[in-house]
Amino acid sequence: METQGFKKIYTKITQITKATCSLQASGIGYEEMATVNGRLAQVVKLQGDNVTLQIFSGTEGIPTNAEVVFLGRPPVLKVSDELAGRFFNAYGEPIDGGPEVEGEVREIGGPSVNPVRRKQPSELIATGIAGIDLNNTLVTGQKIPFFADPDQPYNQVMAMVALRAKADKIILGGMGLTNDDYLYYKNVFDNAGALDRIISFVNTTENPPVERLLVPDMALTAAEYFAFDKKETVLVLLTDMTLYADALSIVSNRMDQIPSKDSMPGSLYSDLAKIYEKAVQFPEGGSITIIAVTTLSSGDITHAIPDNTGYITEGQLFLRRDSDIGKVIVDPFRSLSRLKQLVIGKQTRKDHPQVMNAAVRLYADAANAKTKLENGFDLTDYDVRTMSFAREYSNDLLAIDVNIDTTAMLDTAWDLFGKHFTKAEVGIKQEFVDSYWPE
Amino acid sequence: MEENKLTTGKVSGIIANLVIVEVNGPVSQNEICFINLAGVRLMAEVIKVLGNKAYTQVFESTRGLKVGEPVEFMGHMLEVTLGPGILSKNFDGLQNDLDTMVGTFLKRGEYTAAIDVDKAWDFTPVAKAGDVVVAGDWLGEVKENWIGHKIMVPFKFEGKYTVKSVKPAGTYKASETIAVVTNADGSEINISMIQKWPVKVPIRAYTDKPRPYRLMETGVRIIDTMNPIVEGGTGFIPGPFGSGKTVLQHALSKQAEADLIIVAACGERANEVVEIFTEFPELDDPRTGRKLMERTTIIANTSNMPVAAREASVYTAMTIGEYYRSMGLKVLLLADSTSRWAQALREMSNRMEELPGPDAFPMDLPAIISSFYARAGYVFLNNGSTGSITFIGTVSPAGGNLKEPVTESTKKAARCFFALSQQRADSKRYPAVDPIDSYSKYLEYPELQEYLAANIAPDWLANVLEAKNILLRGKEAYEQINILGDDGVPIDYHLRYWKSEVIDFVILQQDAFDKIDCSAPIVRQKEMLEKVLGVCRADFDFDNFEDVNPWFKRVINVFKQMNYSLYQSEDYKKYETELVEVINERKVA
Repeated sequence: METQGFKKIYTKITQITKATCSLQASGIGYEEMATVNGRLAQVVKLQGDNVTLQIFSGTEGIPTNAEVVFLGRPPVLKVSDELAGRFFNAYGEPIDGGPEVEGEVREIGGPSVNPVRRKQPSELIATGIAGIDLNNTLVTGQKIPFFADPDQPYNQVMAMVALRAKADKIILGGMGLTNDDYLYYKNVFDNAGALDRIISFVNTTENPPVERLLVPDMALTAAEYFAFDKKETVLVLLTDMTLYADALSIVSNRMDQIPSKDSMPGSLYSDLAKIYEKAVQFPEGGSITIIAVTTLSSGDITHAIPDNTGYITEGQLFLRRDSDIGKVIVDPFRSLSRLKQLVIGKQTRKDHPQVMNAAVRLYADAANAKTKLENGFDLTDYDVRTMSFAREYSNDLLAIDVNIDTTAMLDTAWDLFGKHFTKAEVGIKQEFVDSYWPE
Repeated sequence: MEENKLTTGKVSGIIANLVIVEVNGPVSQNEICFINLAGVRLMAEVIKVLGNKAYTQVFESTRGLKVGEPVEFMGHMLEVTLGPGILSKNFDGLQNDLDTMVGTFLKRGEYTAAIDVDKAWDFTPVAKAGDVVVAGDWLGEVKENWIGHKIMVPFKFEGKYTVKSVKPAGTYKASETIAVVTNADGSEINISMIQKWPVKVPIRAYTDKPRPYRLMETGVRIIDTMNPIVEGGTGFIPGPFGSGKTVLQHALSKQAEADLIIVAACGERANEVVEIFTEFPELDDPRTGRKLMERTTIIANTSNMPVAAREASVYTAMTIGEYYRSMGLKVLLLADSTSRWAQALREMSNRMEELPGPDAFPMDLPAIISSFYARAGYVFLNNGSTGSITFIGTVSPAGGNLKEPVTESTKKAARCFFALSQQRADSKRYPAVDPIDSYSKYLEYPELQEYLAANIAPDWLANVLEAKNILLRGKEAYEQINILGDDGVPIDYHLRYWKSEVIDFVILQQDAFDKIDCSAPIVRQKEMLEKVLGVCRADFDFDNFEDVNPWFKRVINVFKQMNYSLYQSEDYKKYETELVEVINERKVA
């Protein structure tokens, strides 16, 4: 914890609540950082000489004569290439036993990019997972969350996406990660030998929840350094944004703010947008792509957190366990990437859009056939064929353990078409059928 | 608001972007002030006054601001600069020109000029010496892109003035005096091409605001045919995320029969604005043969830009609209989304610890929304010509639930309701405007009814109402079929359902990404509606319900091919003939 010389020390706290304390002080800047008996705190309210501080780790055991030192600056992160390969806590302090990082001091939560200085996202991100690359292609500069139930393996999928994406840097912002999940990420990155391009800011469930509020800004400040200053492609993983929003509601509740829908603060949309809108494609080449996780409570996407998220992000990805093949798949119906049109058939093979649509349509036919079967109706020959197609499509392409490139995905899809259907049933443009139909 | 000495003050409290200022003189509600933050001036607006304390909302981040910092009050409300050179610009919510800002990141306290005052324009006088003029009267004209941009007597002028002189035709800088007028006392006042106006005050430089009556064509069938909007009308588009709000708004901005389009991107995704920046300069405007960007002005206050400026952005857009309306132009104003504006109001109301209304929105939200929608309209100007602002806002209802305060308040203010339905979006029936729930109040206006009868066809309205009725009956039949089973209902139910499906597929659904289908001129819409109703009115001969579905699918397919073909082209006529053949297979003579 940093204390600099010649700082005035205050020792007279006038008010203490669960998360905040107040004292008389002058010359204090809004959002300035302070320490209260060594605990980090931030100015959240100034009224005359009365200063209210939010203590990130909580006020348990804080006495009225605690030593308060103002640091004269907002929360900052030191940025340099030394960040690569390191693990930090929510304050940007190393937790991997390594030395302090030296570098330029930057305020976190900095200003937004001027919209006219952005470039339309246009570079495909390959993940190897066909449920993503084939049906919901990701683009650099995009922001997209997984909408997942807490029991789904979203952390594993994210780790996999991160390792396979050809990003120069991967930045993990962990909020309320269980210690086990934190160690899982650490091991996976370690084993993959990818540690040198990974930077992590982690708040685990063992840390106080309010600290989480700093994590996305820390991660994105590091991301802006690499994407803007170094012109690198940066992938930011944020897990779990629902726990971040919960921390927001704890703070607003303790500040006596009037809650809006689902006890969330009225500013939830702006708070989330400020984070997600950091995703950007710079004309000079660098980019920040954000992949996040929003856990749902029993699949309810009308709750304020997923609802506001859906209005901000460019699509969403749903995971589902397919009982027919016993694997987790990327649900082709509810998932959506709003930016895929910018790349599919342009940076991928020309038949990509048509193959994608045909496969999903046939998969939908299989779902109808299945309902028919469950309701005790007779199946036609076509129904039977769609169902066997669906099983193989699910297993060979939608399952999250698939790892092939987009051309191989398209070839696999054509093989499945040829195996189960006639050309007319697939209904793809003649020129593509001529080139790719398996004989 | 005229003060001899400007009031100053000192910061006494800060809660996020709410800053409390102790003042030493008079301040007015909504007055603009600048707060000093280590040499950077932050713009703020007074939103409440208590004793000698002015509560201000700051349009920027207040990080690092200290108590005791000096504040200067400006003696006027938030103003925009009006003059030639606004068109095709990209502004932020406070009318800063985003393109002239330095650097990739927005810097707080950086305010750029909305208009280049040194740019020269070819001026042609309209008024002459001796004319008696009032605010909003035309003094001259310059060519801005392809629009005859009128130079007007400033809207702030009260009473009558006599023109002393007007510059002869020639090239002048925007800031140069182009006319001199004298007031009742005989004092001379110089007028340049540039004037200022407070955004929260409506510009009333018109003589009369009649009920609107002229159809505004958008090329979108579900709007023009089924729920028409008029020049000077108001409408709104509520819909859950993923239901196609933005695609529909972009279609309107590309195709609508307006002289100019103002898009207020209010608290939405930055990449959507980037799409307009990127595509509009390339796309052709079929009306003028120029690029779409030449008639478009963007007010971009995206979701990550300061919240208070988000509220200002819709007012800035409306004021610019009113300025161009006063030139006798047809303006279409689109705001995406007004829910974000309402949320900005909620955030401030909350920080001021006001007692909340429903969902923590301020109690006066319905009043704020309706007085904003009231600024749209069709007007007669002082010289007898007409101008209009048509306003369409999108609403992003929380959880897709239309019973929330912003949707309900807007429903009371706007006359057209284009409800986007999740169910239609899921089944890929785009545009996902719900045909049963949506409405246009203008269809009930005798003024519009007369206009439609005279300009489209005498029986047009009757046809539209008949189509709506068929849709409703088709929905009822569908519910019956679902309950009783395909063979549990008379064949007539299947026919009724499939006739409504023909209207759905041929008239309601439209491919926004197809070059031809994306925009249908009204003559074409008339022909299609008549053809479709021809099918709906006919009797068909079927013995078995199983034959109904495949036959109607063939009919729909031929109709769709017509929609995809160039109007009256070879292909179009070929499908037209084919359609008659298919229909005659089953038609009872």
